Amino acid sequence: MKVPLSWLREYADLPAVTAQEVADKLTAAGLKLESISSHGHDVKNVVVGEVLEIEELTGFKKPIRHCKVEVGEAMPREIVCGATNFAAGDRVPVVLPGGVLPGGFEVGSRKTYGRLSEGMICSERELGLGDDHGGIMVLPPGTPIGADVVELLGLRDDVIELEITPDIGYALSIRGVAREAATAFEVPFHDPADVELPTADEQAWPASIGDPDACDRFVLREVTGFDPAAQSPLWMRVRLTRAGMRPVSLAVDITNYLMLELGQPLHAFDRAKLTGEIVVRRAVQGETLETLDHVTRKLDPDDILITDQSGPISMAGTMGGLETEISGASTDIVIEAAHFSATGISRESRRHNLVSEASKRFERGVDRELPLVASWRAVRLLAELGGATVRPGLTHAEVDVAPARIAIPAGHPGDVAGVPYAKETVVRRLEQVGCVVTDGDDPAVRTGGVDPTGVVTGGELAAKLAVTGDDMITVTPPSWRPDLTDPNDLAEEVIRLEGYERLPSILPKAPAGAGLTEGQRLRRRVGRTLAAAGYVEVLAYPFISEGDFDALQLPADDARRRALRLANPLAEDEPLMRTTLLPGLLKTLVRNAGRGFTDVALFESGLVFRPREGAPATAPVLRVEDRPSGDELASIAAALPDQPHRVAVVLAGEFERSGWWGRGRQECWADAVQAARLVAAEAGVELSVIADQHEPWHPGRCAALYVGDTLVGHAGELHPRVAEAYGLPPRTSAMELELSKLESAMPGPAEAPAVSSYPVATQDVALIVPDFTPVADVEAALRDGAGELLESIRLFDVYAGEQVGEGHKSLAYTLRFRAADRTLTVEETTAARDAAVAMAADRVGAQLRSA
Amino acid sequence: MSDYDPVEVTPLHADEVSRMEADALAAIKTAGDLDALKQARLAHAGDRSPIALANREIGALPPAARAEAGKRVGGARKAINEALAARQAELEAERDARVLVDEAVDVTLPWDRQPLGARHPLTTMQERIADTFVAMGYEVAEGPELEGEWFNFDALNIATDHPARSDHDTFFVESTESGMVLRTQTSPVQIRALLQRGAPCYVISPGKVFRTDELDATHTPVFHQVEGLAIDEGLTMAHLKGTLDRFAEVMFGEGISTRFRPNYFPFTEPSAEMDLKCFVCRGASAVPGNPPCRTCKSEGWIEWGGCGMVNPRVLIACGVDPSTYSGFAFGMGIERTLMFRHNAEDMRDMVEGDVRFTLPFGMEI
Repeated sequence: MKVPLSWLREYADLPAVTAQEVADKLTAAGLKLESISSHGHDVKNVVVGEVLEIEELTGFKKPIRHCKVEVGEAMPREIVCGATNFAAGDRVPVVLPGGVLPGGFEVGSRKTYGRLSEGMICSERELGLGDDHGGIMVLPPGTPIGADVVELLGLRDDVIELEITPDIGYALSIRGVAREAATAFEVPFHDPADVELPTADEQAWPASIGDPDACDRFVLREVTGFDPAAQSPLWMRVRLTRAGMRPVSLAVDITNYLMLELGQPLHAFDRAKLTGEIVVRRAVQGETLETLDHVTRKLDPDDILITDQSGPISMAGTMGGLETEISGASTDIVIEAAHFSATGISRESRRHNLVSEASKRFERGVDRELPLVASWRAVRLLAELGGATVRPGLTHAEVDVAPARIAIPAGHPGDVAGVPYAKETVVRRLEQVGCVVTDGDDPAVRTGGVDPTGVVTGGELAAKLAVTGDDMITVTPPSWRPDLTDPNDLAEEVIRLEGYERLPSILPKAPAGAGLTEGQRLRRRVGRTLAAAGYVEVLAYPFISEGDFDALQLPADDARRRALRLANPLAEDEPLMRTTLLPGLLKTLVRNAGRGFTDVALFESGLVFRPREGAPATAPVLRVEDRPSGDELASIAAALPDQPHRVAVVLAGEFERSGWWGRGRQECWADAVQAARLVAAEAGVELSVIADQHEPWHPGRCAALYVGDTLVGHAGELHPRVAEAYGLPPRTSAMELELSKLESAMPGPAEAPAVSSYPVATQDVALIVPDFTPVADVEAALRDGAGELLESIRLFDVYAGEQVGEGHKSLAYTLRFRAADRTLTVEETTAARDAAVAMAADRVGAQLRSA
Repeated sequence: MSDYDPVEVTPLHADEVSRMEADALAAIKTAGDLDALKQARLAHAGDRSPIALANREIGALPPAARAEAGKRVGGARKAINEALAARQAELEAERDARVLVDEAVDVTLPWDRQPLGARHPLTTMQERIADTFVAMGYEVAEGPELEGEWFNFDALNIATDHPARSDHDTFFVESTESGMVLRTQTSPVQIRALLQRGAPCYVISPGKVFRTDELDATHTPVFHQVEGLAIDEGLTMAHLKGTLDRFAEVMFGEGISTRFRPNYFPFTEPSAEMDLKCFVCRGASAVPGNPPCRTCKSEGWIEWGGCGMVNPRVLIACGVDPSTYSGFAFGMGIERTLMFRHNAEDMRDMVEGDVRFTLPFGMEI
């Protein structure tokens, strides 16, 4: 909302303060300053002149005039001018040499077209008054020569632009802002809606309300004999322009001016184009209307329409119809001022993607008492400025609406604020808002309804919201504050007018909490561990495409292809919610590589979205009047997808860097598996690794990761075709595992071991096994065979070659033995080693390699 | 006692002991390095050295002679040991001066064989904020990112036709009638927390949220918020102010407080916009004549988030009786906090995953 300060001062007796000071007070009251723009402060030396003589110069590409202009100085000024819309004897604005026009444009004396030009004759645009650059601005005859044009035309003004929150529709008017400003400065407010209305016995154009839910007040007034050629006065055009609206024609400008001033949208019909009674009703299936913007709109049965015998003539509160629009020839005008359903207009505007100044106001709530006043002021202005005659009579259709009444204890605002307010203060503040306050407990009996913001009021809910206590007062909010429905709405009014800055600051004592959950701690540990291991965290968008599934080489029936689709994705080519973290990580890896970072290790920790088979397609929207039942809540949960927390890594290039110490080490499948082991270690669970074939991994370099019998993820080198599809460096590796599954397997506190101080006994063994034998199986056999004396086992060499024969490999282990209570004898450790080897022989056919 | 030998033993003669001592001292003196000294120690002070053997003979002397011989041998041994220690110190110093200098390396050589990674600053910022409230007794509450519309809107008093609901450009799961959205705010976690825990309830919930904004320097369709909720008997707006002032002080330093301005949110009433006193200029830049401040753009205050008293309608939807309980809620953007706390100027850097952006933030923020 753009508010020219001069307009505001008309209705609030503001002291001599700057626009900034006014804006600061309004911001503190909840009308937030967006920006202040100043107009005309830099303009100087522009005076009224009378054109004495005009000499048309010839020989130039366009008409050029050399004028003598009387400006109230000793001698007339000579001025060259390119416009031709003025005649000798006209009074015009003249900027004299040394003068400045808006924007700091300095004007001097100069030679042009072979003549001296001492200044400039100005157009409206040059004076910053509007967009009109059609010619010179001709002032009314009799305008005093030599007078300062800035003062004369009110060029100097400041415009405060305010951000108006959706609950306070009344502040989308000079009237509403002036009321707030007057309260903030504690000065008198003069209500522009406070005008005396004539009594009217006659009806104007006949009208009725066909749907009382769509409209509860509909007012028509008429004028005849309007002069369609009449111009809007300069002051009106300047104010409209500064408030952000374009002047159009006098009749339209008057409706816009009053909308800005009062907040009541108005519509002007050409009386000659109306046929029969006007009815406000909902649309009928199949109806259409061509609106002012020349678009033929298919109407929805929920749309609110103004209709006459010919059919729809206007979309209520959003945009008028083309057919009945006033034109340059209209002389008889019917003015409509109405109060429409806020939700109805809001839906209509959204349905047709049509946001107008009118719809913005209606959907935020317009003062229901304004239509009579605004329509009267409109016909008065049409008469005063456009020579029209006001026809006696008024059409006024209305539906009975019970006023809201809320009872609260006088202490309620103070209870909400945490600082007591005297009852006089509470009453005074509510009265400043426009409420009527009476002693006692007398809330309106409300049968239920919907307030302007679409919130259900009244009924059972009103009883639950009621606040009772000592010293009750009953508050009737003013007609322009339909947002005041609940006790806390009233509390907010008192607290904000008393000043949020005066609230005390008290730290409450929360009961002792239990700190982070085990799962929350785990996620933090996993993040730290991976970062310490060299991985950099990324937070990729969770949006993917079917193309990602193809790039990952997922088979047609892979569960990860079952993804939720967004109705309105940001990018049409990424409409799905991720079912795996890998696409985002891989694309980020490619981006880094493209920026010159080819040695890169990344991780992400976040949710994936896995729709459940057979889940309902919709999640119900439940009631809000009380707590939904467990079953109702379960019905929402049943529709939502599973959203497990996963962690994944991708890496390419050198994992250990090359340097002066020698060659580094390229990452490989084993780093990816090790990342999984690091994560599992943080969860305190043991990960078993089994060879697997699972897309998008290399079929020979893919590990399935298990905790007990539960598959928790995969790791290894990516399939070369995946690398190619994403443009990844060759041999990129990846790991993804479901942290949620590790969380549920966490074993609890670790058991402290008994540390033996007896000496260690070490035995090395080398075993020959068929080369397809998983090392994990060999180790498990050795562990099981060695028994409880075994302290640790470490594989220190893997060898394949001539000495062990074709199709075999040699595994060399160091076994460390120790007892808790004695020094082991050579015989004991040898026996344990032999048992270990025997178990390996038994399980995987291992043979002891002879030394 | 019976193997007592009355004969005077030769090695214990005074001149013999003196000779041994002289030989030892000479050998020690001429030992050129620590190895030679070790040999000399073995030869002249070891178990089989002449002086050690002589010492053993003392027991064979007649009692009257023992004291004198003991004194003589002991004196010699003391002199030898002292000479050994002195020479040892001398040779070690010599070695240190020579050998350790020879072994010197260039300690400025790099050794970044296994570089560190880093956690994303948006993650660590969420943790830092959560920790501040956990220290006050709050618990961290969580909820799904793909949420039921009822949780994201209706239960928060955002009715179907509410302008706020149309302004929040929401991602809907296909179709738009599905009743499922990507949550547009962390506020639905309030609802889940209240339904699960009931009152009293003190929770903080950081997390990812979604709105259909195109990515640019100051917008991203996927961003992060943190939401706080406190429900208890007798909680007031003064408690809200006290809580946020404490939070501001912990995050930004002593003396940094907050300022409230009236605003509108459907789920709080009264509602306020919350500004943070600029922690760089402490408000000084707003006074004409003072140097400008880049962090607050010389306004003295930084817009930080929204807050208010939980709308009793929200409590009712969660089955909490507003005549017994009241409370407050607040929320702020994590990206925005990162921007002004760390001078991060472009939101695209936070979403692109360029390692150069993330690495300097390390493990904690």
